[in-house]
Amino acid sequence: MRRRDFIQKVSAGTTALAAAGGFGLQSFTSKPTKITILHTNDVHSHIDTFGPDEGRNANKGGVARRASLIESIRKQNPNTLLLDAGDIFQGTPYFNYYGGELEFKLMSKLKYDLATIGNHDFDNGIEGLYAQLPHAEFGFVSANYDFSNTIMDTHVKPYQVFKKDGVKIGVFGLGIELYGLVGKKLYKETKYLDPIEITQEMTRILKLEKRCDLIICLSHLGYNYRNNPDKVSDLKLAEATKDIDLIIGGHTHTFLPKPTIVKNLDGKNILVNQVGCYGLYLGQIDFYFDTDKNKTANGTSIIV
Amino acid sequence: MVNFTKSKLSLCLLVLLLIISCKTEKLHLSKIEGKRLDINKDVSPNPDVEAFIAPYKNRIESDLDSVLAVAVDTYSKNDGELNTAIGNLMADIVQSEGNGIFHKRTGKNIDVVILNHGGIRAEIPKGPVSARTAYNVMPFENEIVVVGLKGKQIDGAINYLVSRKRANPIAGLKIVVDKDFNLISATINNEAIDANKIYYFATSDYLYNRGDNMNFFQPNEGVYELDFKIRNAMIDYFKKTDTINPVIDDRFIIK
Repeated sequence: MRRRDFIQKVSAGTTALAAAGGFGLQSFTSKPTKITILHTNDVHSHIDTFGPDEGRNANKGGVARRASLIESIRKQNPNTLLLDAGDIFQGTPYFNYYGGELEFKLMSKLKYDLATIGNHDFDNGIEGLYAQLPHAEFGFVSANYDFSNTIMDTHVKPYQVFKKDGVKIGVFGLGIELYGLVGKKLYKETKYLDPIEITQEMTRILKLEKRCDLIICLSHLGYNYRNNPDKVSDLKLAEATKDIDLIIGGHTHTFLPKPTIVKNLDGKNILVNQVGCYGLYLGQIDFYFDTDKNKTANGTSIIV
Repeated sequence: MVNFTKSKLSLCLLVLLLIISCKTEKLHLSKIEGKRLDINKDVSPNPDVEAFIAPYKNRIESDLDSVLAVAVDTYSKNDGELNTAIGNLMADIVQSEGNGIFHKRTGKNIDVVILNHGGIRAEIPKGPVSARTAYNVMPFENEIVVVGLKGKQIDGAINYLVSRKRANPIAGLKIVVDKDFNLISATINNEAIDANKIYYFATSDYLYNRGDNMNFFQPNEGVYELDFKIRNAMIDYFKKTDTINPVIDDRFIIK
């Protein structure tokens, strides 16, 4: 399966001959490349499995179980990315006692690849978040929080590009407006920028400059606000932008039994997903890529 | 010699063409499959991860798990339209426990409590109640703040509560609306509100600082920080109460 990597390296510098392309090459078609995206959101320091008396969540969740599940999926498909859509902190005494240290250490053990920042990740102040960074062996993305006048400057990137079996995957982060939601004393000089405008910039960079095959938005904007239709949400973002393939959401603790299919600005179907909260579920989205020209005409089939 | 070079050259060319052809053949997303995986008892826990958590867990458990009271039923913030049993309990605890400190310090009393529905982070399950219950319901480090309000600011508070159409926990204040959410009456301590009198509203530092867009606490007629966490108020209350049995009542209703 390393062939595509090899080809891309070798082909560098041969663009002058590109006009000579167009061979049939049926022998080159192979089984499709599968990229698996696993995701959580709003885990809120829920490390232990819920106890037997804890209402509707009884006996559900637990990081140790999540670790086993992720491990078995990675064994089936090494081309897996594990993402979190924010609000890692706050919700159990683990956070009150250890300030998020254990949450980050466990996410590192589970080999999370990337996370975005939720409003509750500011609960011990921006300094409290910064203090826990040494425990995180994964990156953070947020394109619409400008941290340049804060202690978090340079520790959060707008986006990150991964390459899995020749497939380029661009992931960018979006956070919710902090004013009125989080005390100013906590978020300090963090500036919130318009998510839709920033998304246009991000998709341009990831699609045109970085030539990503797959673009994922890791969002803590919230799924949908029925009582406040003007408030930006994942559904609104999906409709108002283009070139995103998947929005992984958080904040509203929305338990979607399956991803929502939304038509974007180009009329193309994209997915919006969110798996509730507290680590009760793991979202899994598999993307299959092939190079067989015959299939190009058939578009993308979405099975949810 | 010449032949060999020729064939080598043509082989090179062929390889190049193959490469180019592959390169220009863009990756095509043919299929997407999405599903939700349950994390339940069918998934066996990873023993390494469990062992890693154990020392962190043991320290917390020894602190938090002794039984302080017993809940008669399970109380959820989703049970009740404009007031809930758990919300009423929280607001009443903030009033009773907060007033002890506030009265001692100022000689005044807390008239009203306003908290936010979103701030109730878990239900109180039927059965034993411990300090952990308080942590689950109120994980935030929010502290009680008492704010003096009068006239317009009180109107602002009532408008906020009515327009949100939500069971934001309150105490000391009674609100009646019609089915279209027009205000029918609002009273404090069961009396008509005196526009010239200062009433003392207890809330959390989060809400005082415009959290959940509660903008009516500022400007005001004085602020008193009690230096007392809402969670600790709950734990104190659980310690001196045997039975937890709050009810949905008439503090915020539609008539």
